[in-house]
Amino acid sequence: MKTNILFRRISINIIWLWIGLFSLLPLLLVFVTSFLSQGTNQFISYHFSLHSYAQLFSPLFLEVFARSLCFAIVTTLCCLVIAYPFAFILARLKTNLKPLLLLLVIIPFWTSSLLRSYAVVILLEANGPLNSLLIHWHIIDKPLQLLYTNFAVVIGLVYSLLPFMIMPLYANIEKLDQRLIDAARDLGANQSTVFAKVVLPLTMPGILSGILLVLLPAMTMFYIPDLLGGAKSLLLGNLIKMQYLAARNWPMGSAVSIGLTVLMGGILLIYWRFTSRRDRQALV
Amino acid sequence: MTNSIIQIRNLCQSYHGQEVLHNIDLDIERGEFITLLGPSGCGKTTLLRLISGLESPDSGEIIINGHDVTQVSPQERFVNTVFQSFALFPHMNVYDNVAFGLRCQHVAKDEINERVIAALEMVKLEKFIHRKPNQLSGGQQQRVAIARAVINKPLVLLLDEPLSALDYRLRKNMQMELKALQRQLGITFVFVTHDQEEALSMSDRVAVIQEGNIEQLGTPREVYEEPNTLAVAKFIGEVNIFDTEIIEINNDDLTVNIEGRTLTLKNHKGFRADQKIYTLLRPEDIKVWDESEVTDTSNMLPAVIEEVIYKGSLVDLSIRLPSDRIIYATEFFNEDDDTLNYVHGEKVWVEWYPGWEVILPHED
Repeated sequence: MKTNILFRRISINIIWLWIGLFSLLPLLLVFVTSFLSQGTNQFISYHFSLHSYAQLFSPLFLEVFARSLCFAIVTTLCCLVIAYPFAFILARLKTNLKPLLLLLVIIPFWTSSLLRSYAVVILLEANGPLNSLLIHWHIIDKPLQLLYTNFAVVIGLVYSLLPFMIMPLYANIEKLDQRLIDAARDLGANQSTVFAKVVLPLTMPGILSGILLVLLPAMTMFYIPDLLGGAKSLLLGNLIKMQYLAARNWPMGSAVSIGLTVLMGGILLIYWRFTSRRDRQALV
Repeated sequence: MTNSIIQIRNLCQSYHGQEVLHNIDLDIERGEFITLLGPSGCGKTTLLRLISGLESPDSGEIIINGHDVTQVSPQERFVNTVFQSFALFPHMNVYDNVAFGLRCQHVAKDEINERVIAALEMVKLEKFIHRKPNQLSGGQQQRVAIARAVINKPLVLLLDEPLSALDYRLRKNMQMELKALQRQLGITFVFVTHDQEEALSMSDRVAVIQEGNIEQLGTPREVYEEPNTLAVAKFIGEVNIFDTEIIEINNDDLTVNIEGRTLTLKNHKGFRADQKIYTLLRPEDIKVWDESEVTDTSNMLPAVIEEVIYKGSLVDLSIRLPSDRIIYATEFFNEDDDTLNYVHGEKVWVEWYPGWEVILPHED
């Protein structure tokens, strides 16, 4: 018994230490840095300044923010439209195909997303498979410029983030009680009413958490616009990266990071408010 | 114009190559309370789902109110179901749950409001309009489920083991309320249960279903007192079954050999001397006499009291026959009879009123 308690204490403390060291401490550093000013010889100079935060409201930043949000929303909607029917069919499958299909959804999680983005580059190249196929079918007669467009960025984002939409939806839809659908049909509901009045409201927690899991990363995945958008479409993630690595303006990069963190916190808070305890537990 | 609200003809259904319902024929009369009674897995719920349209049959037809609805979807059949687990919509309050059916039919708002309030008053839940299903007790959820179904004024109300999720006392109350509700509304009720007591106490007619067949259809009294088959007799209530040999037939009297004794029974069903038969007796039809109480033991079986279980208004006895076979008898207390003081090991004589027995042929 005693060793058990000891083990528990040690393991919990290790987790706390881990979170503190690799998550909380860096965040704190970023937070502090955001209130300092840009140095001339060093990366930062230790003078308190709100200059970086003031810069956040400059038209340039707001434009980047608006564009990022736009990309993220389009990506999220595409993911939702693709993932919902997919998760629904997956959850309702009765055959032993289900574990296999689930595995196929999860496998990309184990592959580097950078690697997968390069795969998309190859697919969309001027003489890549997609263009070849379209020419072969005589839909087009010369290769389309697919790569380095906004379209390519959205494809890359959707492809990378789709599993994050499918998993919470699947978890939610699988728990959907078939008897409720039976009851609705029995009471005279047609297919679309069953969906709108019963299925959709009951799977809303899954939809919300899917949106959270896709929308937030979609704004910051800098390597996808880098690779697929040809660094033409600057997103928030790219901006932060540039501030740190190219412009060497650490306080600015930190301020953008903190701004984004606050925004995410806000969205999470709203999510927390509008879902019940039971809904959230259903997702774990 | 026939008086049947539902006519079922040659209905067959199977799952994964296994036949669940074999050629079911059933006429359900307008306004009756009919119970589909059978053990779990006998196909009674499947039959209900076929009537409601949630499943479609392999073959056969279902006619509701004169229209063949075999291929009609559930929302276009004028039947509603009260589900076993109630299946209330968890994201809607009581009002919205009850209003669901009317909203699907695009009934005017004022009328919906009026009818929902009336339905909730009928099930005494008007105070709980804004509660969510998970804030209600089992009995209250049950009432919401009933209100949600009957508000659509269905021709037939289907009830799929609606009381099985409730505790004993609540179940007893709901049985009476359901029966009263059916009388009040005049709607045909098709009730599915595996509880024979529930079936007998509530129904106008009982259809005993076993392994996908309707074994017997009749009033509770017919089904209990005149079972068609051994299976029905065994499923409904306790029964003592004696293998019986016919010795002689004399007009209406059967002289038979039961447990090595020669007894005289009534030949109601015209059995022939070469037939093998069973004699069935309900425990309450058996009379148990103390040795000192009887003089003529010619039509009785000797026995020994094995166990006495006192149950308040009655006493259950298990009695050992000379062949070591145990039979069961139920004796009712009577104000002017204080002789029900049986003790273990006491020698007794067992008999029954001639003609109270049920005789069935061997099923080969």
